[in-house]
Amino acid sequence: MAISKTNKSKVVYTLLAWSISGMLFFPILWTMITSFKTEAEAISATPSLFMFEWTLENYTDVLARSPYFEHFLNSVIISLGASLLGLLIAIPAAWSMAFVQTKRTKNLLMWMLSTKMLPPVGVLIPIYLLFRDFGLLDTRLGLVIVMTLINLPIMVWMLYTYFREIPHEILEAARMDGAGIKEEIFHVLLPIALPGIASTLLLNVILAWNEAFWTLILTAANAAPLTAFIASYSSPEGLFYAKLSAASVMAVVPILILGWFSQKQLVRGLSFGAVK
Amino acid sequence: MATTQSRTLAKIMLFPSVTLLLAWMIVPLCMTLYFSFLDYNLLMPGDNEFIGLLNYEFFLTDPAFIESFFNTLLLVGGVLFITIGGGIGLAILLDQAIWGRNYVRIMVLAPFFVMPTVSALVWKNMFMNPVNGLFAHFAEFIGVAPVDFFAELPLFSIIIIVSWQWLPFATLILLTAIQSLDREQLEAADLDGAGPFSKFFYIVLPHLSRAVTAVILIETIFLLSIFAEILVTTSGGPGYASTNITYLIYTQSLLQFDVGGGSAGGIVAVIIANIVAIFLMRLIGKNLEG
Amino acid sequence: MGSITLKQVTKNFDEVNVIKPLDLHIRDGEFIVFVGPSGCGKSTLLRMIAGLEDTTSGSIDIDGEDATNMPPAKRGLAMVFQSYALYPHMSVRNNIAFPLKRAKVAPAVIEEKIEKAASMLNLTDYLDRKPGQLSGGQRQRVAIGRAIVRQPSAFLFDEPLSNLDASLRVNMRLEISQLHKSLATTMIYVTHDQVEAMTMADRIAVFNGGIIEQVGTPLELYQKPINRFVAGFIGSPKMNFIDVTPQGDDATCSLGVRPEHFKITEAKGLWTGKVGVIEHLGSETFLHVHVEGIGTLTVKADGDSPVSYGDVINLTAAQDKIMHFDAAGVTIPSLSWGETSAA
Repeated sequence: MAISKTNKSKVVYTLLAWSISGMLFFPILWTMITSFKTEAEAISATPSLFMFEWTLENYTDVLARSPYFEHFLNSVIISLGASLLGLLIAIPAAWSMAFVQTKRTKNLLMWMLSTKMLPPVGVLIPIYLLFRDFGLLDTRLGLVIVMTLINLPIMVWMLYTYFREIPHEILEAARMDGAGIKEEIFHVLLPIALPGIASTLLLNVILAWNEAFWTLILTAANAAPLTAFIASYSSPEGLFYAKLSAASVMAVVPILILGWFSQKQLVRGLSFGAVK
Repeated sequence: MATTQSRTLAKIMLFPSVTLLLAWMIVPLCMTLYFSFLDYNLLMPGDNEFIGLLNYEFFLTDPAFIESFFNTLLLVGGVLFITIGGGIGLAILLDQAIWGRNYVRIMVLAPFFVMPTVSALVWKNMFMNPVNGLFAHFAEFIGVAPVDFFAELPLFSIIIIVSWQWLPFATLILLTAIQSLDREQLEAADLDGAGPFSKFFYIVLPHLSRAVTAVILIETIFLLSIFAEILVTTSGGPGYASTNITYLIYTQSLLQFDVGGGSAGGIVAVIIANIVAIFLMRLIGKNLEG
Repeated sequence: MGSITLKQVTKNFDEVNVIKPLDLHIRDGEFIVFVGPSGCGKSTLLRMIAGLEDTTSGSIDIDGEDATNMPPAKRGLAMVFQSYALYPHMSVRNNIAFPLKRAKVAPAVIEEKIEKAASMLNLTDYLDRKPGQLSGGQRQRVAIGRAIVRQPSAFLFDEPLSNLDASLRVNMRLEISQLHKSLATTMIYVTHDQVEAMTMADRIAVFNGGIIEQVGTPLELYQKPINRFVAGFIGSPKMNFIDVTPQGDDATCSLGVRPEHFKITEAKGLWTGKVGVIEHLGSETFLHVHVEGIGTLTVKADGDSPVSYGDVINLTAAQDKIMHFDAAGVTIPSLSWGETSAA
């Protein structure tokens, strides 16, 4: 009796969970399916889920008619470049705050967090003008700089929470064993913290890949990453559903896969350690 | 807990991060503040006279500001309401014993990784388009007139799109919080004769309160700056019906080239964000001590 | 060589003074234990000797050389931490090799030293495992192995046995004592456990509130504690304290009697009380005796003691086993062990 009751509720919960999550996932699924349809089928009044002529022509069209690949490359360079540069700056800072705590450490962390809360419009004009004057508008370098800075607080915070979990006795042991600071960091800290560093990198690549304020404002043709490239579909190309879908799938799928790998780190990173 | 040597080293290692963030925050912010007192328009090269608080007066009394201020509130409030309500429900559901939980989790999470421009365009064209969108097809199928979402319900439509993007985040954080709930508490409640509703209201909800606060504050920070979704769907229209403060400042600064007015708006936005930020910092600060 | 001399050493954390001016000479080859309640400054002092904490004032000499401001690596000391502090990403072999590699020792020599240390510590079969795959006792041995291969002038142990379970702790205690006998290297060992201190030490330094209360051999501390704190801290179960009113020339404010020094007598003795809780350990029995006007006294009796709950018994103690303390808690030697001056 008891078992069948549990099983019954399991069936109900499973059905409920699958239908709700199916609804939430549907726009993505629909975009993926539409990307394989012809334009005529894509706007058909009796849309079909699977019973249609599957075609790859939208992908070949998007790749042929637009510099998709250049934008893809821009996205890769900007998100990866900013994340690697960010790690380089953030690791020493996180080491300091995690292992050499002072009375000011907490305030410093809070201050770093507060820079993340600065609304971008608060600095929009000066950044735009400075970029114009330094010739950084529509350059990858310019965007790498901006992305590094806006994600630096998250990186420091994430690394800080990971480093805090390493007993400082291990670093002290290395010091007793005759390791200098370089050896302490490269032979002991970094190998131990590698999983945390990898997830920090991953999450920041995702955030930078999807950032769509500065990329839209500071780029035009040359340095535009995929976020800005897709925005050009807002009209009238957006009415070509199949091509819009194909371009969208190509912009989203790489990061979707990365994202699924990093879901646990997402919680820690985006809540600044408030929820673990 | 360290030696002078390591403290000196720590200062050196902190230096790049601190200086860069200081430069990133203070320098442009001071410039914005300075511009906000000037009569400065990129289209009209002139002396950029000092005009005191006139830019603020214009910005704050502009009907567009009033409208976009309320739009911002509606947008933030609406998305918070949907994502937190839905998030709690989904988190509890995903916490149950179900088949294929990992697949469900992956599907629920997916929208968060879709870049804002893609999700806005997909929703705008393929779902909410009044002629060829799926919703229009569905309306015709059941025999009612299709809704022209972005003409009739522009802000609501944007709220839906943004909620779809942020529901996974709320769900994930709340799910993590629920999973950290001590099962023995629930078992003790069972022994004390508590039903599912009293368990939810007296144990689960209080346990979630911190995570809910975190979600509210973090989402608010991001939602105040919603931009791409508006740009690619309605461009703030019709009129100012879907313009939020961020978008208003963008049009003023970079479309009308009114640097002074845009800067005054920027400072106003900073003040609004600060009010939210103070609460968020308190929450996280408390957490740091724990 | 491994003699360490502390001269007027102090330590402040921010404004808080945790170690008051302190002098101590640690002789080459001796096993000295720092013991005291938590927060007494014993671990801080060890970390200062190691160079992991600054010395606020005073000096630390190692083998006659001023090491006060030397970085840890230059001091020639090795430390074993409470959490073992093994490098989790390295095999046991590489953990032990780490200090040698840092010292640029030739690979062949490293290999030889590892083999030697491993066979000494029964780790030969585990050299290629990661610390995560070892038991607590094995990890502790790896930490010790990492310390001995460097041939330091002194070993520092920071509560090394606290994370082990009780039976393993007794084993490791013996192993460390054995190690000291075979290496004859100076060892400084910090613990809050007076049993560890008594069983292992050549000399014990009892810490309290940032000062050393007394330094001496285990028996000296047991037999001739200089004050109430040391008397109460050394010995298990704790010494019983009985408050008395000073009379005339006798400044005694309290008496101290160890549980094992009570005698249960037929005739009326010094104290009479009612037996409460009885703890049978087999080899001995502890009685908690309620004495009117004094409180509860802990009394050690024979393992087969016939006393039962609620019995009224008479207690006495030999005069030379009763400690006398003055108003400040300082032992009065002439009354306590019948000497006119303390040893």
